[in-house]
Amino acid sequence: MTSTAATSTAPAGDVVVAVRDVHYAAGGRPIFAGLDLEVRRGRITAIMGPSGTGKTTLLRLITAQVAPSRGQVSVFGKDLSTFGRSEIYALRRRMGMLFQNGALLTDMDVFENVAFPVREHTDLPEPLVRLLVLTKLQAVGLRGAASLLPGELSGGMARRVALARAIVMDPEVLLYDEPFVGLDPISLGFILRLIKHMNQALGITSVVVSHDVQELATIADDSYLISEGKVAAAGTPAQLRASDSAAVRQFMTGSAEGPVPFHYPAPDYATQLLEADER
Amino acid sequence: MNSRRPGTYLLSGVRRLGSVTIFLVQLLIQCVPALGRPRLLVMQIYNAGARSLIIIMLSGLFVGMVLGLQGYDLLRRFGSEEALGTAAALGLLRELAPVITALLFAGRAGTALASEIGLMRATDQLTAMEVMAVDPLRYVAAPRFLGGVIAMPLLAAIFSVIGLYGAQLVGVQMMGVDRGVFWSQTQGSVDLHDVNEGLVKSLVFGIACSLIAVHEGYHAEPTAEGVGLATTRTVVASSVITLLLDYVITAAFL
Repeated sequence: MTSTAATSTAPAGDVVVAVRDVHYAAGGRPIFAGLDLEVRRGRITAIMGPSGTGKTTLLRLITAQVAPSRGQVSVFGKDLSTFGRSEIYALRRRMGMLFQNGALLTDMDVFENVAFPVREHTDLPEPLVRLLVLTKLQAVGLRGAASLLPGELSGGMARRVALARAIVMDPEVLLYDEPFVGLDPISLGFILRLIKHMNQALGITSVVVSHDVQELATIADDSYLISEGKVAAAGTPAQLRASDSAAVRQFMTGSAEGPVPFHYPAPDYATQLLEADER
Repeated sequence: MNSRRPGTYLLSGVRRLGSVTIFLVQLLIQCVPALGRPRLLVMQIYNAGARSLIIIMLSGLFVGMVLGLQGYDLLRRFGSEEALGTAAALGLLRELAPVITALLFAGRAGTALASEIGLMRATDQLTAMEVMAVDPLRYVAAPRFLGGVIAMPLLAAIFSVIGLYGAQLVGVQMMGVDRGVFWSQTQGSVDLHDVNEGLVKSLVFGIACSLIAVHEGYHAEPTAEGVGLATTRTVVASSVITLLLDYVITAAFL
C-alpha cells in the first residue's frame, strides 16, 4: 500500500490538525503505527476505513482524550503533548464533536442539552441563551422538540440535537463520529447538506469519520483511507476511486472480494466443519 | 480470571485502594466549586436523601419495635424494664441508626448512583462533557458525592427518632413500661458524647458509601455487564466497609 501525501502542498498556517508519525495501542493491541495526516482549514476532511481501524480513536487523539505513545498530534499549530489540563479544556472549547449515539445528557430536555455548553462556559442572560438555542434547534429542524427528553427521541433526532449542541458555541472545528450510521434517507440527506452548509456558510473545518464511502464522497474535499494503523491512501474521493491499489478500490466500491480480508482469521472452513461432525 | 493466585488478589486490592484514594482527593478538590452550584447539590441531596426517606423511616420503625420487644424481654429477666429507654436510645443513636442507615443507603441510593453514573459512562455522556470542556468530576461526581455525604447524617437522625418512637410504642404502649420512666431514663442517659458518636459514624459512613458508589460508577466498564458489576460491587464494598469502620469508630469512642 502506498501512502500519498495529497495535502503536503498546503501552507503551514492552513493546517488545523496535524498528525505526525503517531503510534498508539489500546489494551495491548496496536491501533496506529506511524499515522500521518493533515486537516486543512475550511475544508471537509473524510477519514475512512474498515470498522476497527481506530477512526474513533483518531478523534480521541485530536481532542486530547488520549495521548499517542509515539509521534505528535498538533491542533491549531500547537503540540498537544505540551498541554496541561486547562489548555486542553481551552482547546476543546474551540471544537465541537458529534458522537455516534448523540451522547445527550439524559436528565435534561432537548433545550437544556443544547443550552448546556452555553450555560457552562458563559454568563449570557437567559433571553440570549434562549435565542441561541432556538436558532440552533431551528437549523437542525427540531425547534418543536425543545421540551422532549432524550429518551423520547429517535436515533436520528438525537443525533440532530447533538449536532445543534456541537455547534451552539460556534466551534472552529467540528468532528463527526460516524454521522450517517442508521439514518433514514431523509435524515441522511439532511445531515449531509448540513455538514456542507456549515462548512461553506460558516467556514467550519470539518473532520468526518465514517465508513459510508458513497455519502462521504459527495461532500468531502480531502479524504484519507486508514488501514492497518497507517494512511493507506489520501486524496480527493475521485482520486481514491481511481487508485491503482486494489485494496483501496475494494474499499471504495465495497466489495467482499479483494486483498482486504473480510473474514476474521480462522482455520480451514471444511476441516473445521468435519471436526465438528466427528465430535 | 479464576486461576489467579492470592498475590494478584492482594495486588489488585492495593491498586484499587490507591485508585479510590486518588479519586477521593480529586473529588474533594472539585467539591469546592460544586458547593457554589446549590441547584445541582440540592437536586442530589433530594435524590440520595428524600428519595430514601420511606425505606429509612419504615426500617427505623421496625428496628425500634424489635428493639423494644427484645430489650424488654432481656431487661425483665434482671427486673430492670425501666432501663428500656436507655437501652433503646443508646443502641439506636450510637449503633443501629448509623449502621442500618448506611446499609440501606448503599442498597437504595448507592446502587442508584453507581448505575446512573455507569450508564452515563456507557452512553458517552461523560466523554461528551469532557469534549465540551466540562469536567464530569465537577459536574457529575462531586455533587452526587456531596449529596450523599450531607444526606446520610440527616437520614440517620430520622432513623433514630422513628426508631425510638417504635421502641416506645412496643415498650410503653404494649408491654406496659411506665411512660414517664421511659422518657426520663432516655433523657438522663443520653449525653452529647453519644450523639457525637452517632454523628461521626454517619458522616464517615456517608463519605465511604458515597465515595464507593461514585467511584464504582465512574470507573465502570462501559457495557451492560460493567454497569451491573459496578452496582453489585457498590453494595458489597459499602456494606463491608461500613461494618469495618463501625468497629473502628466504636473502639475509638469507648
